[in-house]
Amino acid sequence: MSAAALHAVGVAGDPASPVHRLDPRAKLLGLTGVTVVAVSAPARAWPVFAAAAAVLAATAVAARIPARVLALRGAVVLPLLVLLVLTVPLREDDAVVAAAAAKALVGTTAAVLLGATTTFPDVLHALERLRVPPAATAVAALMYRYLFVVAGEARRMRLSLQARGYAPRSALQAGAIGRVAVALFLRSHDRGERVQLAMRARGHSGALPRLRTLALGRADAAFLCAVAAALLPLRVALAVAA
Amino acid sequence: MIAARGLRYRYPSGAAALDGVDLHVARGERVAVLGPNGAGKTTLMLHLNGLLHGDGELRVCGEDPRAADLRARVGLVFQDPDDQLFMPTVREDVAFGPLNLGATPEQALARADAALAAVRMGGAEERAPHQLSLGQRRRVAIAGVLAMAPELLVFDEPSASLDPRTRRELLELLDGMALTMLVVTHDLPFAAQLCDRAVVLSGGRVVADGACLEVLEDARLLAAHDLELPAGFDPRALVERAGQLAA
Repeated sequence: MSAAALHAVGVAGDPASPVHRLDPRAKLLGLTGVTVVAVSAPARAWPVFAAAAAVLAATAVAARIPARVLALRGAVVLPLLVLLVLTVPLREDDAVVAAAAAKALVGTTAAVLLGATTTFPDVLHALERLRVPPAATAVAALMYRYLFVVAGEARRMRLSLQARGYAPRSALQAGAIGRVAVALFLRSHDRGERVQLAMRARGHSGALPRLRTLALGRADAAFLCAVAAALLPLRVALAVAA
Repeated sequence: MIAARGLRYRYPSGAAALDGVDLHVARGERVAVLGPNGAGKTTLMLHLNGLLHGDGELRVCGEDPRAADLRARVGLVFQDPDDQLFMPTVREDVAFGPLNLGATPEQALARADAALAAVRMGGAEERAPHQLSLGQRRRVAIAGVLAMAPELLVFDEPSASLDPRTRRELLELLDGMALTMLVVTHDLPFAAQLCDRAVVLSGGRVVADGACLEVLEDARLLAAHDLELPAGFDPRALVERAGQLAA
């Protein structure tokens, strides 16, 4: 992913919408819940998929996220869907393929909605408060921060190659790309050591301390209840019927 | 504030980085540390905060560099702000130091906001570091150590890669701070404008120590240690101009 593409992701829609203002834990739990319900449903559970799609559509409308943004960001799932369509029919019927595609679309759209209504630092904060191991959230936080730095370095190195006439016409000329990757890895490793020194210089001793505290309110409870009310009865009814 | 005598340090490869450094810095002084690449400037800086430990005598803020609270009293500002700013938002990064020192989230928040205001970065609290310019990131990195209320500020190449206007703004910012400062730099005009005293470090030793202007006027000394003033730069004219402005 290029640096420009990295900058293109992030909060979209109306930052003052009721969905954007929800506690990030409520959005994380609610949207993950939609995904879990859809993914765990059997192949022909079309009412469940439809309900999940309705919940996601209502969330997108409330957050005033343009359909174009959803489509562009959700397009990341298309290669997987193509792979699914090409491979699964060899063994299963069309309904299974359609259900798998529906599940993939629901999961992707839920993730896109979370990313469009919640900043990445808030998602991390929510994960920490939901007791995800601190080491995992610290790695994610550092990865988020330095992804932009490494992408910028990669872009400058690519421009440097092009500026010196590098335009590979065969696989045999692609060796320079490998050497760029090695240089990028070594630079990142060196930077990691410098970052660790800078962290220790400011008293770091292990955990990443956090500043803000989150507070669940009535709106968060209402959002979670609405999601549960829209999906759980259908899902339970299907389970009982099975 | 800093008392080093016979300070020596060798890297694991065996190369001597510091080869008997003698340096005394009094409270309130602003000292430029000049020297060629590989002279040991950054290694010396890392000793002042207890990140490296060499042989010889060293007291910083009257304490042994292994003292637990030294990192609160000595603020290191690294050359590349991307090495220093690692939290997802500016406010969280500036609050990182105070939280490590045991401040409550409310106290850390207040200190972070005050430090950001002091470096004229109020309003950028919720932004991500990658959304800022290099000059802004450097200011936030300075806020990150100011929030820890240090007694000694140590800068590693603070003016590196800055455009002239951002460099001047940084100079004004640092000039307005009433703190003891050690400024490691290759930028001799920057040193002349900010520091009263200069130390030349070369081959891991202090080879010159005196008034900044006298050091910068010693062309043979500068040439012997790969230092060079920009063409046409006259340190005396700088001081005379400053005197006229003050009058």
